[in-house]
Amino acid sequence: MSAASKQTEDLVNVQVDGHWIQVKRGTRMIEACKQASAEVPHYCYHPKLSSPGNCRMCLVEMGMPPRPTPGQEAELDNDGHAKISWMPRPVIACANTVAEGMGIRTQSTLAKECREGVMEFLLINHPLDCPICDQAGECTLQEYSVEHGKGESRFLENKVKKPKNVDIGPRIRLDDERCVLCSRCVRFTQEIVDDDVLGFVDRGSHNVLTIHPDKPLANNYSLNTVDICPVGALTSNDFRFKMRVWFMRETKSICNGCARGCNILISSRENKIYRQTPRENNEVNSSWMCDSGRLNYHLLESDARLTDPMMKKGKSHETVDWPQAIRRTAEGLLKYKGDEVAIIASARMTNEELYLVRVLADTLETKNVDTLKCHGEGDDYLNHKDRRPNTNGAKAILKLRSPGSRVNSIKKGIESGSIKALLVYGENIESKGFDDGVLSKLKFLVSSHILANPTAKLSDIVLPGASYAEKRGSMINATGRLQLLNKAIEPPGNSRDDWEILQDLNCAMDGKDFIYELADLFSEMASVVPVLKGFTLSGIGEKGASVIETGETIPLLEREAQRVNQGLIVG
Amino acid sequence: MAVIVERPKLSILEKFYFPAIMKGLRITLGHAIRILRRKKKVTMQYPEEKWDNNLPEHYRGAPALVTDEHGRERCVSCQLCEFICPPRAITIIPEEIPPEDQWSKVEKRPREFEIDMIRCIYCGMCEEVCPEQAIFLRKDYAISGYTRDEMVHNKKKLYEIGGVREGLVNKWNTLK
Repeated sequence: MSAASKQTEDLVNVQVDGHWIQVKRGTRMIEACKQASAEVPHYCYHPKLSSPGNCRMCLVEMGMPPRPTPGQEAELDNDGHAKISWMPRPVIACANTVAEGMGIRTQSTLAKECREGVMEFLLINHPLDCPICDQAGECTLQEYSVEHGKGESRFLENKVKKPKNVDIGPRIRLDDERCVLCSRCVRFTQEIVDDDVLGFVDRGSHNVLTIHPDKPLANNYSLNTVDICPVGALTSNDFRFKMRVWFMRETKSICNGCARGCNILISSRENKIYRQTPRENNEVNSSWMCDSGRLNYHLLESDARLTDPMMKKGKSHETVDWPQAIRRTAEGLLKYKGDEVAIIASARMTNEELYLVRVLADTLETKNVDTLKCHGEGDDYLNHKDRRPNTNGAKAILKLRSPGSRVNSIKKGIESGSIKALLVYGENIESKGFDDGVLSKLKFLVSSHILANPTAKLSDIVLPGASYAEKRGSMINATGRLQLLNKAIEPPGNSRDDWEILQDLNCAMDGKDFIYELADLFSEMASVVPVLKGFTLSGIGEKGASVIETGETIPLLEREAQRVNQGLIVG
Repeated sequence: MAVIVERPKLSILEKFYFPAIMKGLRITLGHAIRILRRKKKVTMQYPEEKWDNNLPEHYRGAPALVTDEHGRERCVSCQLCEFICPPRAITIIPEEIPPEDQWSKVEKRPREFEIDMIRCIYCGMCEEVCPEQAIFLRKDYAISGYTRDEMVHNKKKLYEIGGVREGLVNKWNTLK
């Protein structure tokens, strides 16, 4: 059977650079080339946005088999496909879809000359800003000018001057001279976040990107325009001049700002985080994330970070070493029986930590275990109203039906004196209804947090933990997806990874076997917690795995799926 | 493949090495007498005398930052020298030039620029990689200090050593 006759309803045969491949009907030519590992350079095309085809960088040579006259057989080539007759002019690969028998040449003289022409036009007025441009190193114009540029300019006239260093929003800076007019940012603000404030004005070589005179680019997703800008026209005020991109190490992790669990890349150098950018996951956050989540790493640099375990002495706290802090905590807790002890854990903790909390609660034989319910305002895009990243994990591991329901009874227990000792993890409960009057009734209060807060001030023992970027672990997001948190930097001072603190405490309480690896702890947990059955820590993978059916939908992804069905975007 | 080198055939006189020793003694003694008669000088009286005037044009001494004839600090802290530096001697902290500054259109400059002269190997890669003609290897070679901190040249010191350099490309001057 010849290859040509293998055509099915869904697949079409396409020749890319001389090789025949089969791709789905309706695939854009640029995606077909990608599948054939033939890279087509482009600026304006983005799979999550509509394709206006205005940059002309993706021009390729295209051909179709000629329609035979009635009664005539199509002429076949050596592979058994109909012979292609090539079109004399190039077509854009981003907005055209493939057809049966189509041929695409990405490396022909015509295609190469087109790219060189487009590059020469783009570079005519482009400033020599690379040494001061934050995009340098991840700039497609830089990359393509190496691959497809001439190396020297034939342009003798004066360059067109355009506005530079323009303030267009609280988090964004615009440089019009660097802009290649690809319109990705314009389309993003129109199509994804419904905040139509960007647009092009003026004509010809004076054509510039500009902001609405009365409306700044201030929506909570504005920094995504910086990510999709192929050049350095839009740069982030937060990241501006902080670090060159080639110095940074990228760690694949997840955002802990809300229950969405957006996949992110944490960029750090020498134990300092410089930026967080979204990482594509079409089940969670598409290619986007909100600005507030993106900038929440600044909390880790707070002056209030706890760096040493501390014990109360008189009215103030004194620094102690870890063995002493753990021993005193264990001794303090063992004085009380069963339900005299309560634990308020946090849905900020990883599954592994919550599992160790569960083991601790079993050792203490207490049923007073709960997490706080922290709901804020979500939005119609990605932001979730649940402000804690691992509420579903807490539900599954601590066997909570509705988190926060036992908090009131714990509070009453403290007030009546039936609860004498309290362990607080990762939450400042002082601001959640447990005021000084309530907490001072306790005989023994231990808190673990990353920041010095009012709860820590009242605590007998303070255990400094690690933030989301300083530890490894797993979490389950609002849509029931198990995802992996990775360590980007070291926790400051003597503060430690939370699971190690909890494990030391567990060992001090009941002399249990020590677990050396987080992966072993996960496996132990997976054998006990039904929803995690069959998983290993390394088996979760970069993009996570769905473990719970929550029935929740993600508004932004719903709309994107709709647009994919309408054929507006590739997705 | 091994190459076999033939030993040279020695004559009788050469095998009997006494004449060669005498020849050597004659040369040494000749130099000694000439120095004693102050006819020839072979030692440079460092540090009273210095190499400074005899250094070749391509001499690679301490790296330093330069300003141009308009008083603009050339460095825009692109951090390429920090990247290329083989012993990682360079540390740069960039900052934005405040809008009231005369050169605010350049946008970026180093807030701090440190070269650890204990680490520096005088390879000149920083000068070669610099896209702004801002860092040059000067003829200073005697870098010393009492502490390790003193051996770290900060921005102020680097501009002091570098001084003003004229006739460089001034691409920023035509901006805006």
